[in-house]
Amino acid sequence: MSKILVCISNVPDTTTKITFTDNNTQFNTNGVQFILNPYDEIALARAIELTDGGKGSVTVINVGEANTEATIRKALAIGATDAVRINAKAHDAWFVAYQIAEYVKANPFDLILTGRESIDYNGSKVAGMLGELLDLPSVSIIKKLDATESEATVEREIEGGKEVISIPFPFVAGCAEGVAEPKIPNMRGIMSARTKPLTVVEPVAVDTLSEIISYETPASRGQVNLISADDTAKLVDLLHSEARVI
Amino acid sequence: MSVLIYAENAAGKFKKSTFEAISYAKAIAAQNNANLVAISIGDVADDELAALGNYGAEKVLNVSNDKLKNFVNQAYASIIAEAAKANGADIVVLSNSFSGRGLAPRLGVKLQAGVADGAVALPVQDGGKFTVKKNAFSGKAFAVVELTSANKVIALTPNSYKIVKGGSAAPVEDFIVEAKASDFKEMIKDIVRSTDKVSLPDAEIVVSAGRGMKGPENWGMIEELANLLGAATACSKPVSDSGWRPHSEHVGQTGIAVSPNLYIAIGISGAIQHLAGVSSSKVIVVINKDAEAPFFKVADYGIVGDAFEVLPKLIAAVKEYKASA
Repeated sequence: MSKILVCISNVPDTTTKITFTDNNTQFNTNGVQFILNPYDEIALARAIELTDGGKGSVTVINVGEANTEATIRKALAIGATDAVRINAKAHDAWFVAYQIAEYVKANPFDLILTGRESIDYNGSKVAGMLGELLDLPSVSIIKKLDATESEATVEREIEGGKEVISIPFPFVAGCAEGVAEPKIPNMRGIMSARTKPLTVVEPVAVDTLSEIISYETPASRGQVNLISADDTAKLVDLLHSEARVI
Repeated sequence: MSVLIYAENAAGKFKKSTFEAISYAKAIAAQNNANLVAISIGDVADDELAALGNYGAEKVLNVSNDKLKNFVNQAYASIIAEAAKANGADIVVLSNSFSGRGLAPRLGVKLQAGVADGAVALPVQDGGKFTVKKNAFSGKAFAVVELTSANKVIALTPNSYKIVKGGSAAPVEDFIVEAKASDFKEMIKDIVRSTDKVSLPDAEIVVSAGRGMKGPENWGMIEELANLLGAATACSKPVSDSGWRPHSEHVGQTGIAVSPNLYIAIGISGAIQHLAGVSSSKVIVVINKDAEAPFFKVADYGIVGDAFEVLPKLIAAVKEYKASA
């Protein structure tokens, strides 16, 4: 395995309280800390392990405007070899996948990894769309990835179990927990990240297929009904007769 | 025009999430005065195929051969796209299951369709706009997405639409499609499926526990309560990170988002990341010894008490309820 591409996104930190502005049409980024998508960190960690010891290189690619560069540098500090930023706002998964596919057509890779989903729009779509655009196999949610020279064995999550799949390179996979432990950048990584190559590529034109028009927040629940620890029978009765869930 | 629903099976049986997706697709077909065509791929018995008519399918396409017995993402996507074209379907509906998450993006590209995945409500069609409400920010919010393309793909979140019965057995037709060799690069070597446990994303009741359980050796009580209720077991991130429970049980922002009818959280304080993954549960019960635990703020019912004292009493009360029911 010589060349791995890891697709990364820049997402609100997991502790963010999500609010909206402009009559609930814009995500309120005021005061929000942005981070490398946690699932992408898993993909990146596995890519670094697979190429460890000079066996290959790891390129990270992000579709985003200049404000995503801190997240890209974080990926370089963790251990990516170089980075590409496609200079456009990430409109939706289709837009992102299309831009990355165009780049990959000109710059082929042996393996393309993404996170299973981004924690902002929760799509799990980029891996499958890249597979389709590049006519490669794709596995959307994997929890294990082992590789030999010519092929990989992955475990795909299914309801109540897993499938073990062998798959030849090149292919696309979305990584979930279990594939690798995220890596914390060390001081040397942080220093070297500043000088690693980050190429900025301009986007290509693509048709728009979807548009977010507004947001809603979940309805708040009423006051909690506290029940005495000695009266579990009352709880069971309420779940049956009032909530009607058992 | 018609609506195509991909009827997913697990080991030859249709799943509850499939019936939800058919009921949902039927309502979309009704919105548009369209026919509902179902497609099944794999090895499903004829009477089960015909029974999809009971949920509103007017015709069932069956694709069955040895190579397609198990899920092959690329090949399945090609077949569903061909069926959509052959039946003039401009809306394709599927469940946002693990397989559905593999299919929806490939279908979106093949059909040049906008994809609404993680849909939680019926589309709203108003003044030429087609919008779908879907999960966003890992359960902390919803986004209303307009699909501006002529073709549309919608993947429905499990447990978010009620199954509606109505209709009678549907005619089943074999759907013959030439599969490309390049669609079969991946090979399934093994399938491990636990048949005795309720799968977490599909579960109507989830019993979930956190660090308050003190160690993996104490999960017997959690499993006993789950078994009594026919529930799936789940856990918080620190629990799966410590290796007490498998990652597949981790519920929360970086794990699985669930929307069961009943979520029982035991010994989980309720960090914002965990709450995100459970916020669309219909009813939440929290058991925690700390009355100040943030989880109580989003709970419907709560018991302030030590899990090791409350759980045996709760198990006894559920047993009593089951015996009297």
